[in-house]
Amino acid sequence: MDYIIIIVSAIFVNNILLAQFLGICPFLGVSGKLSTATGMSGAVTFVITLATVVTYLINRYLLVPFGLEFLQTISFILVIASLVQMVEIVLKKISPSLYQALGIFLPLITTNCAVLGVAITVVTKEFTFGDSSHMLSLGEATVYALATSVGYAIAMILFAGLREHLAGNDVPKAFKGLPIAIITVGIMALAFLGFSGMV
Amino acid sequence: MAAKSNLVNMTVCLTAVCLVCAALLGVVYAMTYQPIQDASLKALNASISLVLPASEQEVSISEAQTAELGGKSYEYFCQLSSEGSVTAYAVKSVTIGFGGPLTVMVGVLPDGTVVATRVLSHSETPGLGAKCETDTHFLGQFEGLAPDVPVKLAKDGGSLDAITASTITSRAYTLAVSNAVELVKSLGGSEDE
Amino acid sequence: MSKLGIITKGLIKENPTFVLVLGMCPTLATTTSAINGLEMGLATMFVLILSNIVISAIAPVVPDKVHIPVYIVVIATFVTILQLLMQAYVPDVYATLGLFIPLIVVNCIVLGRAEAFAGKNSVGDSALDGIGIGLGFTLSLTVIGMVREILGSGAIFGWKFLPGDGMLAFVMAPGAFIVLGYLMVLFNKLAKK
Repeated sequence: MDYIIIIVSAIFVNNILLAQFLGICPFLGVSGKLSTATGMSGAVTFVITLATVVTYLINRYLLVPFGLEFLQTISFILVIASLVQMVEIVLKKISPSLYQALGIFLPLITTNCAVLGVAITVVTKEFTFGDSSHMLSLGEATVYALATSVGYAIAMILFAGLREHLAGNDVPKAFKGLPIAIITVGIMALAFLGFSGMV
Repeated sequence: MAAKSNLVNMTVCLTAVCLVCAALLGVVYAMTYQPIQDASLKALNASISLVLPASEQEVSISEAQTAELGGKSYEYFCQLSSEGSVTAYAVKSVTIGFGGPLTVMVGVLPDGTVVATRVLSHSETPGLGAKCETDTHFLGQFEGLAPDVPVKLAKDGGSLDAITASTITSRAYTLAVSNAVELVKSLGGSEDE
Repeated sequence: MSKLGIITKGLIKENPTFVLVLGMCPTLATTTSAINGLEMGLATMFVLILSNIVISAIAPVVPDKVHIPVYIVVIATFVTILQLLMQAYVPDVYATLGLFIPLIVVNCIVLGRAEAFAGKNSVGDSALDGIGIGLGFTLSLTVIGMVREILGSGAIFGWKFLPGDGMLAFVMAPGAFIVLGYLMVLFNKLAKK
């Protein structure tokens, strides 16, 4: 039951892009075409999940025992940056085809605040389940990270689809490009607001 | 421009930067440790004194104590008169609101009368549930609430008005206050000082 | 470029929010009111100026291949210092801005300026660039916050001039996108004349 709550809430109710505003920069940057949006979503899913597991363990077994929680920001970002590099190297070696698909997005991910955002949220925030709340266990944190990235992918791919249509439309000159895209995201966010209160 | 990279200077450079940064952070941490403790203590004391009755006599606030009721654990503080008797309790009561945990500090007299309430932290929707911090009509209802009045919203069979369009938050808030009152009633029975 | 020019280009010509479209996450998330936007802008400016100064000073000796990790360590150090200072001296502001203070590390404006300006220019110019871009960011955030506060809660800088609730959607997530979109349109229209 707890897992279902985590999944539904992370994908729809607290959608990372439309409700929590994390990872907006790459979202606006690569959502121009459906194919790049899909590639980026794949890379983000992979990195968020991996980074959350690693930073969760670092926090639990290294920072908390020594009372060093104030180093969360700096240690997490370093771990994420090196992790991204490592993923890139490993992927290149073992699966050139996957690297072809995701490779160019990987360097961009270090500065995607969704990754650091999820990592920090998981270790600092209490999550609500029905009428109680507690910190996430490792299993729950992993599921949360995975579900959050699925939410990211859904919003990203939906938006890329919309944007491909927008490109062909005749919009006023001052609205061309990003402004109309951002207003469209606003309307999408309104639609997602309808999910609030579901869990 | 930038120096040419080789294994030695890359390692030396990264190590040096990390060492300097770590040392700097250690110094700042040591410098701010006491102010951070003071700030959080001050915030706690401020919220306690806001929910307790003003008193002409000299009073003191006890250290944090914990008690359990109905499977939940509460942290509370006692206001002690100069003779050492408890004149009021400040109970930190946590319930689940719309967006997450809702922590309320509730001031209660030993007989179960509510003095005042104050939100410590919440994650409610801005403009809706978040009004539990500011809605004077809603918050005013709790002040001086007699022990024999049920602490419940009108739509749950009580007499209190909810915040407009924020029933879940109001219900959580009311429950937090009601839990605190129950806790004080149970304390009064067991450790009358 | 004149010294004054470096500062003013951050306000209009290279405005980080409306022209460069960088640092969108805090721009959207923390602008529920004018004062929140202003505080977030100032916090980012603090990190931006200091990291620009340090990075421009060390850039000539940093090997090319590790310059990004070095920059990130420097920025993360200043962000952590900011976190500690805010917790100690302005705990209320820290609580309001929450997650978005540590996230200044991955604000593309800060790393972007380090890479595009501080790495190639003198210490003095980099400091001015930090001030200029920081001011531009602060100004944009404050304006977005003001518009959202006026439409969403009928108030400005916390001073309420309209009775009632205003249009709640503007305080919530969708309003952030819509206000930003329309302000960008306005900026395009005015700046391109």
